[in-house]
Parts: sequence; C-alpha cells; structure tokens
Amino acid sequence: MAQVSLRRVVKAYEGGVQAVKGIDLEIADHEFVVLVGPSGCGKSTTLRMIAGLEEITSGDIAIGGTVVNDIPPRDRDIAMVFQNYALYPHMSVFDNMAFGLTLRKFPKEEIKRRVDNAARILDITPLLDRKPKALSGGQRQRVAMGRAIVRDPKVFLFDEPLSNLDAKLRVQMRTEIKKVHQTVKTTTVYVTHDQVEAMTLADRVVVMNHGVIEQVGPPQELYHRPATRFVAGFIGSPAMNFIPARVENGSGALRLNLPNGIVLPVPEERTSRYAQAAGKEVLFGIRPEHLTEPKNLDRSNIAVFELTPEVIEPMGMETLVHLWLQGAEVCSRIDPTTPAEPGRPMPVAADLNHMHLIDPETGRVL
Amino acid sequence: MADGSTLAMPAASAPAGSLQRFARRRSTIAFLMTLPLILVIFGLVAWPAGYAMYLATLNRRMTEFIGLGNFEILLDSETFRMVIFQSVFFAVTAVILKALIGFWLAHMLHHIPTKGQRKWRGMLLVPWVIPPALSTLGWWWMYEPSYSSLNWLLAIFAVPPVPWLGEPWWARISVIIVNVWYGAPFFMIMYLAALKSVPEQLYEAAAIDGATSWQRLRYVTLPMMRNIISITVLFSLIVTFANYDIVRVLTNGGPRDLTHVFASYAFQVGILAGNIPRGAAVSLFMFPILAVIAFFVLRGINKRNREEA
Repeated sequence: MAQVSLRRVVKAYEGGVQAVKGIDLEIADHEFVVLVGPSGCGKSTTLRMIAGLEEITSGDIAIGGTVVNDIPPRDRDIAMVFQNYALYPHMSVFDNMAFGLTLRKFPKEEIKRRVDNAARILDITPLLDRKPKALSGGQRQRVAMGRAIVRDPKVFLFDEPLSNLDAKLRVQMRTEIKKVHQTVKTTTVYVTHDQVEAMTLADRVVVMNHGVIEQVGPPQELYHRPATRFVAGFIGSPAMNFIPARVENGSGALRLNLPNGIVLPVPEERTSRYAQAAGKEVLFGIRPEHLTEPKNLDRSNIAVFELTPEVIEPMGMETLVHLWLQGAEVCSRIDPTTPAEPGRPMPVAADLNHMHLIDPETGRVL
Repeated sequence: MADGSTLAMPAASAPAGSLQRFARRRSTIAFLMTLPLILVIFGLVAWPAGYAMYLATLNRRMTEFIGLGNFEILLDSETFRMVIFQSVFFAVTAVILKALIGFWLAHMLHHIPTKGQRKWRGMLLVPWVIPPALSTLGWWWMYEPSYSSLNWLLAIFAVPPVPWLGEPWWARISVIIVNVWYGAPFFMIMYLAALKSVPEQLYEAAAIDGATSWQRLRYVTLPMMRNIISITVLFSLIVTFANYDIVRVLTNGGPRDLTHVFASYAFQVGILAGNIPRGAAVSLFMFPILAVIAFFVLRGINKRNREEA
C-alpha cells in the first residue's frame, strides 16, 4: 500500500491537444479518491497515466515515493478494473484471478489461498470453474475486482467499473466496492462520470474539467462549499440553480436584485464577503432543496416570494417543481403533500443561509 | 406452427387449403430458396465425389468391380508409397512455414499505423492474387539451371550453383518455397483480421497483471486466435494436399517421380497413363484422413465458441 503523487502532470497528444494540463494531486495511503468529471475532462487519461498505459508528456507520477514515469505497468505493483471487465475469455474465473500471480511465479498453494480468499470476500466461490461467458455482468465485475484483490497491490485503479451495469446492480456493486475497500484498505483511485458514485464512494473527490482540477475535497465540502461554478453545477442532482442577479448596496446592507423584480436581502454575516461584488452582475446560486415551500419560517435569512410553476415532477419522496424566472429555469424541491399546479403561482421560500454568489466572468464562487 | 401467416388463412376447402398452407410455411419457403444452392452443391461436389468413389472401385477398363483392389495395388507400389511420403512432407512443411511466416507478417502489419498499413497489406497480398500457374512459371525461370537468377545471386557470394530442380531434395524444397510464397499471404490476412479482433483492453489488463510482451503473445494473442488458426491451418492443409499446379509446372513429378504429390500423380496415372480408376483411387487416398482431422478441428472450434465467444 502506498501514497500516490502527481506533480505538474501533463498529457499532450500529437497536434498539441492537451488532455491533461499540468495537474497536482496527493493521494494518501489507504485513501479512496474519485476522479469525476464530464467525458473528455482528462480523468481517464490521468488514471491510465498512473497505470502506465499512457505515457506522461511532462511532470512526475510517484507511487509509494518512487517516481514511476519510466516504469512499465507490470512493475508498478498496481491493479486495474476496466469498464468492460477485460476478463480473458479463454480462462476460467480461477485462472483469470490467478493470472497475475502465476506470471509472478507465486507458489501454487499461495495462489489458491489468495484466490479462494478473494472469492469468499466477493461471494463468487461457486463460479470459480466457469468461463466469463457463463457469467452475468455483475458477476464479471466481481471477478474483475477479484483479479485486482488477489494481487494485493499498492494501488487499485478503477476505470468507470459500473458503467456497463444496469441501475439496480450499479447501486449494489457500489456498496460492494465500498465494503471491499473497508476490508482491504488499499489506496484506490476511481474514475467515474457519475457524481453520485463519486459522492458515495470517495474519501475525497477530485472534480476535473477540460484537463484541469477544479476542486479537491471531501464530498460534503464539495457539495456545500463548491469553489467554482462548474463544481457547483456538476455536484448534486438536480443541479444547483443559477439565476442572474445584481448586487446592490443599500444603507449598509447588501441586496440581490433578481429578475421579476424579486429583491433578496443578503444575510448580514455574508455582507463583508460579498462587499466587493456590490454594484456588479453576478450569478445567484441556490440548490433545489433550499428553494422550497415556505416552512421553518422562524429561521433567519429565509426569503419568500411568488413564482409560477411550469412543470411538476412527482418523485414520490419529494416533488420537483420547475419554475420559470425571466432568463433562467429554476428547480425547486418541495414536499409531495404541498399543493402545486402548473400555471398557478405559489409561494417559494429561499434559504439564503445556503446561497452562493458566482462571478460570471471567472466562474469562481465568491 | 409459430408462423403468423397460417393463422390468417381463410377456412378454405381442405385439400387446396392444406396445399396452400404447405407452400406458405416458412420452412417450405426456406427450402425452395436454398434449392438452387443444394442443386449446385449436388451437381458440382456430391455427384463428382460419389462418381470418383465409384470409379475407384473399377478395373482399368472400367468393366469390372474390384472393390478396394486399386488401393491394394497402390499401397504395394513403391512409387506410390513415395508419393504418400512426399505429399505429407510437402503439405505439412509448407503449411507450418506458411502459418509461421503469415503470423509474423500479420504481427508486423498489425503494428504499422493504419495509414501506411494499407499499401503494405496490398503489396504483401500480391503473391496470393497472381494465378499460381503464371507465378510458378516465374519461379521456374529463377530455378532453371541454364539462366537461374538465384544461382547468379549465389555466385556473387561465391556459392556454387544449386541444382534447384535437378536433385530430389532440392526439388522438394523448391516446390515448398513456391507454395509458401504463394500461400503465406492468405495466412497473413486471416491472422491480421484475428489480431484486430482481440480487444486492446485484454493486452492492457495483461500488462498490468505483469505479462511481458512474449507472455502477452503466449497467454492472450494465441488463445484468442486459436479458432482462426485452426480453421486456417485446416483449410490450407486441404488445399495444399490437393495442390497440383506448382508441382506440375516446376518439376512435373521429376526427377524420377520423386516429387509427385497426390494430385500430380493422379493426373499422371489417371489421364496421362489412361488408368482412370486408379487415378481416382490416388486422388481419394487422403480423403478419410483429412475428413477425420477436419471433424476434430471443427468440433474443437464449436466447443470453444460455445464456451468463450
């Protein structure tokens, strides 16, 4: 087991296209780090550079303190789980899992002990004699994980391992992966485009976009204190609302002028933080769950105004209401028992304790 | 009957209705549509094969049934035992060399970037595209002692001239060289297709599992290509055993009948010497052995397909 360090890592392809633009990242021993971002953001390339499947254009990658830039994958002591499992179709499940150990000339009994142990952890003991073709998607995924576990490597690398599974199995395997990590505690780098996977699995989430790291932090921090508009919009489903607004200074207090003539008072404790934005156009960011039917009105910093729903989406445990605010579509999460009807104005309460202001030019959260 | 069209039939009078129903059945239509092919196979494959078997059981004048007599006579003849040895040696050596060279070429091509790959692929396929009778003639000129370009090349390095077609072992080797030159591109193209169908991720997984490039070849590439390799070898073995034109053009069985293979010997015995039944017996000689080999190879492929593909 080991820590992984990326220092100014760049990946450029022929023709000068940069897939990864100089990223720095320190992954601690035993840590579970998830790289998340939209497709083409460089997350998979980064993972493949750690694995040694892609060459590094510049910068350094170190595993366990050793720079591995010029070390081939087989000598990096890593194990990888691929999106489409990459099981050897001509080998039995046992042989698939044992392959890495056989190549490393482990004694037969040791191989058997390790494979049996991994099979027990993953609950695939009855499948050991089968060929991959005779397995379901979820079982293949387990075998692919088993192949990684038996090696007892320094680092686990996961490249979108759940993308090929159906929704139900994905949730099940997600739990499984977390359980396995809690058991074996191997340093793990996990790539996904699914922010829910990122939030649920990670000790720390790395949000990437256009080849750079937007923000690194524990899931809760990313959710509640996003650093950029991209992170604010990427993490959380449904996404955060962004409403164009103008910050106005009025007799010592700040006000937000929203479309439709809505004026919101900026909470007092945030006045100094937003003071520099006074007189400027900003984006007012608020998550759907902080834009609900009026309740808890005794709390401070709740602003109530009226909006007209356009679309109502009942989800069971909650109802999503899509409202139209001149220039922006706004989503609100309300209690399913609250009456709401398209076209009939309803009162909406914004919890300004959770508001964000974003500089529209830099994309930074103020 | 799972066919929906039968359900839509009106309740017609029984005989006409059932005939119509029979004609409309999917299996009937399928049979009628495959009938032309069945007739072609029967006319061009089954009937000649059956007729050859029948011929092989007749005496020289084709007046009397003599059972396996032709085969007994053949096995007693030293020349024919030589032909068996020569055919097996020729086919097995040529197929092994074609397979190895074809695999090597395919591997080289596979690692050329796609852009340049096409023209190399095209050039390497040329030997296979030229009619073998013509290209063999070219080789004959290179071998022919009086103006052999090969010997001229050897002379540059002070190597004495080689009797390419005059000495039995050299003649055998010469025939094999031409057959390999002609047949290796076929292996190359089949193996190239097989190589391209191996998912890149298997190699990546193997690289991470700790495989060297040799081990990736041994444990990933070869097992993944096993079906293509066996079907290509089987096919080539059959075709090489039946090869006629190269031997006919290069050596015509000489010197002293020492380079005959089944096909050229069958032609010699059956057509040139006029003993058609015995010629038929010669050409049928390999059939049972090849049929058994084909059976096992195809069974192995089916089994692997069920388990892996």
